[in-house]
Amino acid sequence: MAFLQLNGVEKYFGDAHVIRGIDLQIKAGEFIVFVGPSGCGKSTLLRLIAGLESVDAGAIVLDGRDITQEASSKRDLAMVFQSYALYPHMSVYENMSFALSLAKVDEKIIREKVERAASILDLTPYLARTPKDLSGGQRQRVAIGRAIVREPKVFLFDEPLSNLDAALRGQTRVEIANLHRALGATTIYVTHDQVEAMTLADRVVVLRDGQIEQVGTPLELYDRPANQFVAQFIGTPRMNVLAFKDIEPLLGALNLPSNEAGFIGLRPESVTVVQAGTGQLQAKIEIIESLGAETLIYVRTPSGVQLVARQTARTQLRVGDAAGVQIDMAQVHVFSDTGRVQRSPSLTVSKG
Amino acid sequence: MRVPTKQKIRPGNVLRISAAWLVTLVLFFPLGWLFLTAFKTELQAISVPPLVLFTPTLENFHEVQERSDYMQYALNSLITSVVSTLLGLAIAAPAAYSMAFFSTRRTRDILMWMLSTKMMPAVGALVPIYVLAQKSSLLDTRLGLIIIFTLSNLPIMVWMLYSHFKDIPGEILEATRMDGATLWQEFTRVLLPLSLGGFASTGLLCLVLSWNEAFWSLNLSAAKAGTLATLIASYSSPEGLFWAKLSAASLMAIAPIVVFGWFSQKQLVQGLTFGAVK
Repeated sequence: MAFLQLNGVEKYFGDAHVIRGIDLQIKAGEFIVFVGPSGCGKSTLLRLIAGLESVDAGAIVLDGRDITQEASSKRDLAMVFQSYALYPHMSVYENMSFALSLAKVDEKIIREKVERAASILDLTPYLARTPKDLSGGQRQRVAIGRAIVREPKVFLFDEPLSNLDAALRGQTRVEIANLHRALGATTIYVTHDQVEAMTLADRVVVLRDGQIEQVGTPLELYDRPANQFVAQFIGTPRMNVLAFKDIEPLLGALNLPSNEAGFIGLRPESVTVVQAGTGQLQAKIEIIESLGAETLIYVRTPSGVQLVARQTARTQLRVGDAAGVQIDMAQVHVFSDTGRVQRSPSLTVSKG
Repeated sequence: MRVPTKQKIRPGNVLRISAAWLVTLVLFFPLGWLFLTAFKTELQAISVPPLVLFTPTLENFHEVQERSDYMQYALNSLITSVVSTLLGLAIAAPAAYSMAFFSTRRTRDILMWMLSTKMMPAVGALVPIYVLAQKSSLLDTRLGLIIIFTLSNLPIMVWMLYSHFKDIPGEILEATRMDGATLWQEFTRVLLPLSLGGFASTGLLCLVLSWNEAFWSLNLSAAKAGTLATLIASYSSPEGLFWAKLSAASLMAIAPIVVFGWFSQKQLVQGLTFGAVK
């Protein structure tokens, strides 16, 4: 039985149809990440769940209770906002205890809960300060603390790390993961950063244009993307996608029809740059990115198609060199001309 | 930041400082002269050439107080301006709240329309409003003036509060709602403390505007509900101008609001400086 259910949820902003019928079942304790490019409706969907926007059609059911028309304040959800949205005129303690004091919880219990949350989040020394005397990372933790103290049914995070610098973002990401493990609370997390999605989620919901493209575990999305959009959205660098017409010599070996339009997808790690004259395709090296642990080599074929290869070994090759491209034929994804997946590596998906 | 150092006297600076002094003196002169005249006798007040040195007298203030009950007028001014300001804030705050945080495509138009009502000359509405006041027995009553003051200040109040509310991130109020606050709690616990400076400056401005309002008080009130503006006007009577008494009455009329403004100035600046969130 799903803990949080979205049934055919729709939302219009004026004439714009921003959420187009979302169906989603979330289990208790799950960490769900909504990911997608900007404007895909992921934040709007979160705000619909939070009750900060009204639902135009469909229903939201939380723990067996229909909350579609319920006010935000009655939904028993807590949200961490992108801007943290701390109360600037209140101390950290007051920020964290605000919800409980509104609910007229006993002062002793409030103190206990706030102190416990503060110690989890290393905020104990800062309880008397106001938000403007805190660093970005500390404000972030206060925002999380404010949510924890309430012990809500579901935690909602709206791009909580986007205001932090890269180092702090990585650290806070780990902290959020640990926190989720410790509390076991159902969490919905919105981000445009696929690394956050892959590292935090139990299941990832990929959204585009107000619709769900695919729901699955991070590795499911990576290994068996349902379509070309998901395939290219998940994974850095992006999956190589080549039209059938650009790889005509390979179609026979891949058992693909030459008279149809379609695409093949190749993860960068399935592509190897080899000596010129060998491999299935010939190309010229355009860019080499040496990252230390791995090396990314961008090549271009005579027909003008760019491919990127990822390898752990360092390379002696130089930009402008001629090279061959070796493709791991067992790792080829096949997409129809409309982008739907037709074949995934080591798994055949029925046509449709 | 530049550390202030002793500035050299340069021709440019001298010119600028002299210009500033000149402007200040021109602006201040009428008030200064009013102040001096209030302490002269009627004869000294009209003497040619004008007297700068004289023996000050309080006679005018006595006479003003004897001829007309200053306290009565002052009380009317106080009640009408304070009540109309409070009433205006109570009406403007919810209006500004909904326009700032739940704006629609037409919000901008509504704001412009409200402001446009201030562009119409008041005298254009004098007859209908006079008749309305007469029919509802509001002529020469404090209530009548309070209603008029409130309505005429409302557009400015909504505009000022609207722009103050606009500076508050909407997410803070959303967080308040998520925390379980009712609308009233959202207002009293978060919105009001965050926009205290805005409320103070709006209230102060409208208090001053109501206090100084002359057109409607002169036309809609007389002896009973008359404000200090009516008191001053009564000294420019058909039997001639009494400069010294007129000055004394004016001084008594403006003194309270000048003193009030002077003190609240510091309070205002303090209330307006608030730490940002991000």
